[in-house]
Amino acid sequence: MRILIVGGGMGGTILANNLARRLTTELKSGKARITMLSASDKHMYQPGLLYLAVGRIAPDELYRDQAGLLEPGIEFHVDPVTEFKLDKNEVVTQGGKTHAYDILVIATGSRMTPETIPGLAENCETFYTEATALKMFKRLREFEGGKVVITVGVPHKCPMAPLEITFMLHDYFKDRGMLDKVKLHYTYPIGRIHSLENVAKWATPEFDRLGITYETLFNMKEVDGANKILKSEEGTEVNYDLLIAIPAHKGMEVIEKNGLGQNGWIPTHRHQLNMEGRSNVFVLGDTTNLPISKAGSTAHFEADTLGENIAGMIKMGTPVRDYDGKVFCFIEAGKDRATYAMFNYQNPPEPKAPTKAVHWFKMAYNKLYWVSARGLL
Amino acid sequence: MAERKIIDARGSFCPGPLMELIAGMKMASVGDELEVLSSDKGSATDVPEWIKKVGHELIGTSEDNGVWHIVVRKAK
Ligand SMILES: Cc1cc2nc3c(=O)[nH]c(=O)nc-3n(C[C@H](O)[C@H](O)[C@H](O)COP(=O)(O)OP(=O)(O)OC[C@H]3O[C@@H](n4cnc5c(N)ncnc54)[C@H](O)[C@@H]3O)c2cc1C
Repeated sequence: MRILIVGGGMGGTILANNLARRLTTELKSGKARITMLSASDKHMYQPGLLYLAVGRIAPDELYRDQAGLLEPGIEFHVDPVTEFKLDKNEVVTQGGKTHAYDILVIATGSRMTPETIPGLAENCETFYTEATALKMFKRLREFEGGKVVITVGVPHKCPMAPLEITFMLHDYFKDRGMLDKVKLHYTYPIGRIHSLENVAKWATPEFDRLGITYETLFNMKEVDGANKILKSEEGTEVNYDLLIAIPAHKGMEVIEKNGLGQNGWIPTHRHQLNMEGRSNVFVLGDTTNLPISKAGSTAHFEADTLGENIAGMIKMGTPVRDYDGKVFCFIEAGKDRATYAMFNYQNPPEPKAPTKAVHWFKMAYNKLYWVSARGLL
Repeated sequence: MAERKIIDARGSFCPGPLMELIAGMKMASVGDELEVLSSDKGSATDVPEWIKKVGHELIGTSEDNGVWHIVVRKAK
């Protein structure tokens, strides 16, 4: 059984290690083989970008060597896939190699696309890549005061990032003694300040208490950089001195180019995680079209389910369980307090008041992630 | 030609049915119909509210066994 995993980020790595452990005997006997193809020899802990943007960690702390995170027995190549030939059970790579598979798993992630809103890329700061997070932090250091607008596109990865960056900016300016010179204003696409109703219920009075203003039902349309105005699809406008954007995302270009899914989102079965219409192709993490958060925890819980199911298929000829839509997200409520939200397809979250203990747990998890990626947590 | 696209947002607490629709609108062409399936009764009010504000067209809302079907047309 040849298992081919395309993508060496959160979902792909956790799945590969999970499977390598479950299939030790089969890997040794040659009955199973696990190959991973990725676009980088480095693995980035993307949630760390939030802290890089406010100068709380350095860029090198975000990375580990991908090969070092993988269990022995997993064959790893840095050679991105350019062509998916699903009818032939093959992929072709940038290096010109063809890899045949019995089971294919696609976990190529997602990327921000600020260029889809006229004027946005040139006029905003953001933090969804190492380069932009570093640029944002340098801009924050130079900022002398004015109106800071945090604006949010749809869809985006990490649903908590808009609130977290707002609370963290508040505390960043507070620590620099600048709060009297800064006005924080937040815009959000739907009619409350967060998609999760209970999170919005908790965050709205926090915003009010901290003097953070907000406009809801606001979807970015264009940015007039010369006059520093952000315009919405709904016909409203907001002035800014500093524009911080969480831009809308797409899946990777290779997905759309190969006709696997519009905008790079692959139609995926919500419980079995197979690509719709394909029984030997599975999809993990951000690149699914599932109506759940594009978050590392989603990729992690999906990988746990898929690991058990693929092992079950090899050992018993059948998958063993359904993915239940589980997501767990920490929510930083400033520089030293945090809460969390856990939910699935059936049960909404019930976030508690933020505490220092949850913040320190998140800080510990930022390190523990490397254990989690190895499939040990 | 105009198509009707189904957006199955049942069980979606985050991003939720309205966010799924906003994302779906970006992938649709003017004139296309989109049908959102939602298990949250709040969608029956918050989807029409956004559709009206942004200037798309609400075709209809119905409920069947705890699932709301909200059909809209992309107008611009
Ligand atoms: C600022 C920020 C903060 C975040 N905070 C949190 C948080 O607090 N909690 C949380 O749960 N999540 C958070 N996330 C989201 C989380 O990082 C992603 O949801 C998660 O990484 C998705 O995992 P994935 O496996 O789908 O994709 P990724 O981890 O992005 O991995 C994609 C992989 O695919 C590879 N690849 C790309 N193209 C190809 C190709 N053509 N061929 C082969 N390989 C390819 C890439 O090299 C990469 O290894 C945050 C993200 C950001 C940016």
